[in-house]
Amino acid sequence: MKHHDEAFIRQLDLMAVKIRKHIIEMLYRAKSGHPGGSLSAVEAIVTLYFHHMRHNPQDPNDPNRDRFILSKGHAAPTLYAALAESGYFDVEELLHLRQINSMLQGHPVCTHIPGVEASTGSLGHGLSFANGVALAGKLDKKDYRVYVMVGDGETDEGQIWEAAAAASHYKLDNLTAFLDRNFLQIDGNTEDVLRLESIQERWRAFGWHVLEIDGHDIEAIIDALLMDSEQKNQPKMIILNTVKGKGVSFMENNIDFHGVPPNEMEYKLAMKELTLVERALEASL
Amino acid sequence: MTIKQMANPRDAYGETLVSLGERYQNIVVLDADLSKSTKTILFAKKFPDRFFEMGIAEANMISTAAGLASCGKTAFASTFAVFATGRVYDQIRMDVAYSNTNVKIFATHGGISVGKDGASHQMIEDIALMRVLPNMTVLAPSDASETRRLVELMATTPGPMYARIGRANAPVLYTSDEVEDIAIGKGIITREGSDVSIIACGTMVDQAIDAAARLSKRGVSARVVDMHTIKPLDERLVLKCVKDTKAMVTVEEHSIIGGLGGAVSEVLAEHQSKTRFQRIGVQDMFCESGEPDELFEKYKLSAKHIAKTITTLLK
Repeated sequence: MKHHDEAFIRQLDLMAVKIRKHIIEMLYRAKSGHPGGSLSAVEAIVTLYFHHMRHNPQDPNDPNRDRFILSKGHAAPTLYAALAESGYFDVEELLHLRQINSMLQGHPVCTHIPGVEASTGSLGHGLSFANGVALAGKLDKKDYRVYVMVGDGETDEGQIWEAAAAASHYKLDNLTAFLDRNFLQIDGNTEDVLRLESIQERWRAFGWHVLEIDGHDIEAIIDALLMDSEQKNQPKMIILNTVKGKGVSFMENNIDFHGVPPNEMEYKLAMKELTLVERALEASL
Repeated sequence: MTIKQMANPRDAYGETLVSLGERYQNIVVLDADLSKSTKTILFAKKFPDRFFEMGIAEANMISTAAGLASCGKTAFASTFAVFATGRVYDQIRMDVAYSNTNVKIFATHGGISVGKDGASHQMIEDIALMRVLPNMTVLAPSDASETRRLVELMATTPGPMYARIGRANAPVLYTSDEVEDIAIGKGIITREGSDVSIIACGTMVDQAIDAAARLSKRGVSARVVDMHTIKPLDERLVLKCVKDTKAMVTVEEHSIIGGLGGAVSEVLAEHQSKTRFQRIGVQDMFCESGEPDELFEKYKLSAKHIAKTITTLLK
C-alpha cells in the first residue's frame, strides 16, 4: 500500500461527511428517495470527483474528461451532491431534488444536468453505456478513463453480464467499475433474493481484473484505482465492501431505508450524528 | 404488365453505410450476430475499427450504441425488427429516447414477409412501440432507393431514430432523381387519384400501387401515398387527402393497432373528419409460417385484397 498524505485523506473523509449531510438534507426535503444505497456509495464517488478523476466543472463537455456513470441511478443524491460540491451547479440546487420544475430529477438525466453522463434509473444499463464511452475513447485514441458504479443487487440484471462479457472481449482497460457490495436489496439480503456469491469468481471468469476492498476506506480506494491490472488490456472491477446506510447509525444495514426518506426526528438525529463526525474530523486537521 | 426492376433494401442499407462511412469519420455501426443478414457486414469489412460485433446481446448493443453516441458518434445499431425493438424497449427508452442520443436503430426483417420463420420473427408491433417514445423518429422505407436516401438523412439528422425494412427484394419505385426530393416527415404522392387515398408504408406501398391499378380497371381512381415517415406524421398531407378524395385506407405490414393506421386515425379523429376510413394491416393476431405472397393473401394484405377492401368501403 502506498503512503498517502494523512491530512489529505482526512480532507476527503470530511468531504464524504459533507456529502452524507447533503444526502440526508435532500431526501428529507424531497420526502422521498433512497438513503441506503446513496450512503453506501459515498467514499468511491468522493474519491473520484475530489481526487482521482480528470474533470473540469467549468467545461462539463470537455472531450478529454474522465467520465463517471452511475448505473445504480437511485443513488442520484450522492452524484448530485458531488457534482454540486465540485462546482457543476449551485449547492442550493440540491434542496430542490425531486420537486416540480427543478433540475434535479429523482434519477440522473444527462440531457439537462451538467456533469451527468448517462440517464439511469432502470437498472442494468450503465455498464453497457460505459462500454460505449470506453470504445469511443479507444477509437478516438483519447486517454480519458471511464468509471462506472453498479449496485450489487443490480447485477441480478442479465444485461450486466452481457456488458461484462463485452468489456473483456473488447479489452477495455480504460474502464474501471465499482460494485457497491452492501449485501442488501429491496426484498432482503442479496444472497437470499438471488445468490451472487462468489461474486469475485464471477467477474474473474468474465475476464476482469478483480479487487476487493473496504468501500469506505478512501486510502484503499485510491490504491485500488492506481493498481495496474494483472494482465494487460483488462477492464478492472473494484468490489467495494460497503454498509448500506453507512454513516447514520439507525440506517446502517437497515433495509427499511432503501427507499424511504428520514422523518423529522430521524432527520435531526442523522444530522446530529454526522455533524459530530464532521467536527471531530475538522478538529483533527 | 411491365416487369418490375427488383432490388433488396438491405443491400441498399449496407452499401449506403459504406458510402457514409467514407464521408463521415464519426459513423460507427453495431450489430448483434446478424451482420450477414442486415448487410452491416459491408461496413464491417470496409471499416473494421468502426464496426462493433456485439454478439447475441441486443440490450447491451443498444446501451453501448448510446454510450458511443454520447461521445459524438452517430451510432447505427442493426438487427431484426423483433430484436431491435420489443426485446430492448427499456434500453431504447432510457438510453436512446430519454437521453436523446444520436442512435439510429435500423431494423431489417420487419413485418410478416419474413415468411417461413413464423410469428416469433414476424415483427408487427415495432412501429407502435417506437412511435410512442418521445424524441423518436420512425421510418419505414418502401424500396431500395428510398432506403438509400433515408439512411443518408438518418446519418445527417441529429436525434434518436428507428427505421425498419423487410427481408425480401422489393420493386424499385423511385429513380435516383426522384429520391433527391425525399425528406423525413414528408409523405410522397406516388400516384394521383380522386376517389380514394391509399396511405401505405414500407413493403405495402408496392401492393398499394398494384391495388390502385386494379381499381382503375373498375373505374375507381386511387391516390397512393408513400408515408415513409410514420413519426413525425405528415398531417398536412393526410388532411389534403381527406379534402381531395372521398375515402381513405392505410396499409401496413404491421398490426392495425398503433402503427401507421393508428397514427392516421388520430389525425382524422382530432380533425373531426367524416371521411370513410379503414385500416388495412395485420388484425389483432399473430400470423404463421409461409411464403410472403401466401401470407399477404391469407392475411388480406395483397393488392387484390386491398382493392377488394376499398371497393367495399366505397359502396
